Amino acid sequence: MSPAPDPRLELALSGRLGPLALDLRLDLPLAGVSLITGPSGAGKTTLLRCVAGLTRLEGEVSVAGAAWQDRSRFLPPHRRPVGYVFQDARLFPHLSVRRNLGFGAERAGPGPRGALSLEAVAARLGLTPLLDRSTVALSGGERQRVAIGRALLSEPKLLLMDEPTASLDAGARREVIALIGELARDLRMPVLLVSHDPGPVAHLASGHIQLEAGRIKSVSAMDGGGRDPIEGMSEADRDALARAAVLAGLSPLPPGP
Amino acid sequence: MTEAVWTTLRLATVTTALLLLVATPLALWLARGRGWVREVVAAVTALPLVLPPTVLGFYLLLALAPGSPAMALLRPFGIESLAFTFAGLVIGSMIYSLPFAVQPIRNAFEAMGDAPWEAAATLRASPLETLLNVALPLARRGLLSAGLLVFAHTVGEFGVVLMIGGAIPGRTDVVSTHMFQLVEASNTAQAGGLAAGLVAFSFLALVGVMLLDRRLGRVAG
Repeated sequence: MSPAPDPRLELALSGRLGPLALDLRLDLPLAGVSLITGPSGAGKTTLLRCVAGLTRLEGEVSVAGAAWQDRSRFLPPHRRPVGYVFQDARLFPHLSVRRNLGFGAERAGPGPRGALSLEAVAARLGLTPLLDRSTVALSGGERQRVAIGRALLSEPKLLLMDEPTASLDAGARREVIALIGELARDLRMPVLLVSHDPGPVAHLASGHIQLEAGRIKSVSAMDGGGRDPIEGMSEADRDALARAAVLAGLSPLPPGP
Repeated sequence: MTEAVWTTLRLATVTTALLLLVATPLALWLARGRGWVREVVAAVTALPLVLPPTVLGFYLLLALAPGSPAMALLRPFGIESLAFTFAGLVIGSMIYSLPFAVQPIRNAFEAMGDAPWEAAATLRASPLETLLNVALPLARRGLLSAGLLVFAHTVGEFGVVLMIGGAIPGRTDVVSTHMFQLVEASNTAQAGGLAAGLVAFSFLALVGVMLLDRRLGRVAG
């Protein structure tokens, strides 16, 4: 632990949304990928929306020491330096890929990462050949990559992703997940990632928040960052790999967590 | 006769432009606001749909005549009466066509839902910036429909303009009132010419708008 306090996300929120009574208390380091899982209707999306200011519950939210919500204030969403990647991408259909990417950047001004240029982000996301296209005919994976790029270019302090791969086919899903991992690591971008199926993304995660019925059930640290290749593998894949290793004359892998 | 055509086009153009300016914020509030006040305003907005134009015209005439409370408010600006004036005609046409402007724009805002507003807000756009850069462009087909309906409706109106305009040649005499006078004077030939011209104009306007609408539709879904 360093003596300077690490930036943290702290929130304490409670309230009722439809049939769900929520009571969310969370104190997380702002680093790495924090995976948020839980059954549907547990409040995963609500948690993200409250951090972004899109949903308002009673309580407090502070990010890296800045109060975004407390007794006397509620910072509106456009004043909060977050990036939000929606499950359905929500690209602006009347704007080109380039203007979608630039939408937030124009307003954010130079941020802590400063040198993030539209061209560099587009190249990194493999969007360069699509820049002057309309967003209407893009594939699901392309749409989600534009949505991620658009959020990154708005210079967020925190990236919120709500099931960013849920509507993608297997190939596009792998590609987008790999991208999220690289970006979080290379840009040191803290990510809150909601997923109903933690399997494919678990290897990225440095923390795991489990929700149940509007409450935080558990918060645990994970070993993520993509260093350990077996992290996040399914039990079956692990077993298969272990058998292959034994057959090849190597010692079997350690048992899964 | 040419005068009546010009007055009609001028009235329809001015009414359409001003009404779009008024109806857009109203439609936005009706689509996105909350509470019972909104329902009441929605009903009032739709009232001109069900009222006979002559009833609407009658009340407007009272309101625009000298000595009415509305005119008392305008007195300091040197305006005594708006009855039988072009300005009065514009006010009457705007009220008469209000539901035709509000409904398509409101539908467009309701169809897009919260999603674009939320996406823009997370990209630092204030509500006003979102309105100008996202919501209005996405609602453009609704705005186009509203503009067309108001224009056509204003060209075609009769009861209201007769009541508050009085069909004064060169000022408040429009095609519909002019045609009525021609028929009354048994001038069927001129009335027929005017009617045919109006049919042709309406048809061409509709074709033009449909082509424009398809173009807008192609640019975005």
